[in-house]
Amino acid sequence: MALKASELKVGDTYTERLVEDLKRTQVVMYAGASGDYNPVHTDELFTTKVAGYPGVFAHGMLTMGMTGMMLTNYVGDGRLTEFGVRFTNQVFPGDTLDSTATVTAINEGLVDIEVSTINQEGVEVAKGSAQARIDD
Amino acid sequence: MAVGKFPIEASHIMMFARSIGDGNKIYYDEDYAKGGEAGGIIAPPTFVQASAQFDPDYGLRPKIGGDGWFGSGGKPTGVKPREDSVGSTGDSGGGGGLHAEQRYIYHRHPKVGDVLTATNKPGKSWEKEGKRSGKLVFSESITEYRDQDGELVVTAIGTGVRTERPVDQG
Repeated sequence: MALKASELKVGDTYTERLVEDLKRTQVVMYAGASGDYNPVHTDELFTTKVAGYPGVFAHGMLTMGMTGMMLTNYVGDGRLTEFGVRFTNQVFPGDTLDSTATVTAINEGLVDIEVSTINQEGVEVAKGSAQARIDD
Repeated sequence: MAVGKFPIEASHIMMFARSIGDGNKIYYDEDYAKGGEAGGIIAPPTFVQASAQFDPDYGLRPKIGGDGWFGSGGKPTGVKPREDSVGSTGDSGGGGGLHAEQRYIYHRHPKVGDVLTATNKPGKSWEKEGKRSGKLVFSESITEYRDQDGELVVTAIGTGVRTERPVDQG
């Protein structure tokens, strides 16, 4: 289910809902799987009383992981050659995230993609780019 | 992070995929995965971050027999966060450090059965004045993941940022 150069054009977009009403439990699952147990992601008492944030917030890498799901659903399994994002705003429990891939270039069996993930307010939480191998 | 042995295991990939809400069978169904281009279960794009599990010195995991943990117990915090737990360890927060940026270059995708090693070196570092959090100090960390044959599999470039104060909200 890889992309085909013959069926792609610059400006094509693909959008996917990554998560609706992000649950604290999912953040706990990510902490457990990734091994990043920083209490600012799961420990409300520490986060509000010590770290000085309004509440626990998701790992940036959870947002990137979910954004990667959108990308692999679009470009196919094992097709990414590069993927990078900047974390532009924090993601909190209760957030709903949508992510969009936009084709920026197609050449030599590769597609360049711009990546943007936004929350329910339309605020960008991750912004970046990716590159993937495509078929002819 | 430096890791001597990072075995790529099916159950770990399954749990990681669940945690990011990704139900793609390529991450848990061996029969399905064998029939596809990848030829078997592969790791999701951001999976190498979970090499933290195999880093004996990783600062964001309570240590068995260790000297305390900075998260809450009876009190809001056990001990002060370790200075070295921020920046070099990828995603960090709370103690003034946050994960600003992450980039991966895939030479190939890790698959079940691989045993990776990771070596780490510092990259660029720079400063910036931030409106919402005072002075920002950015530092890059470059991690190379190699397979059992010494071949480069994934290059990870993480950027951490230390802030003068927590990021203002709104």
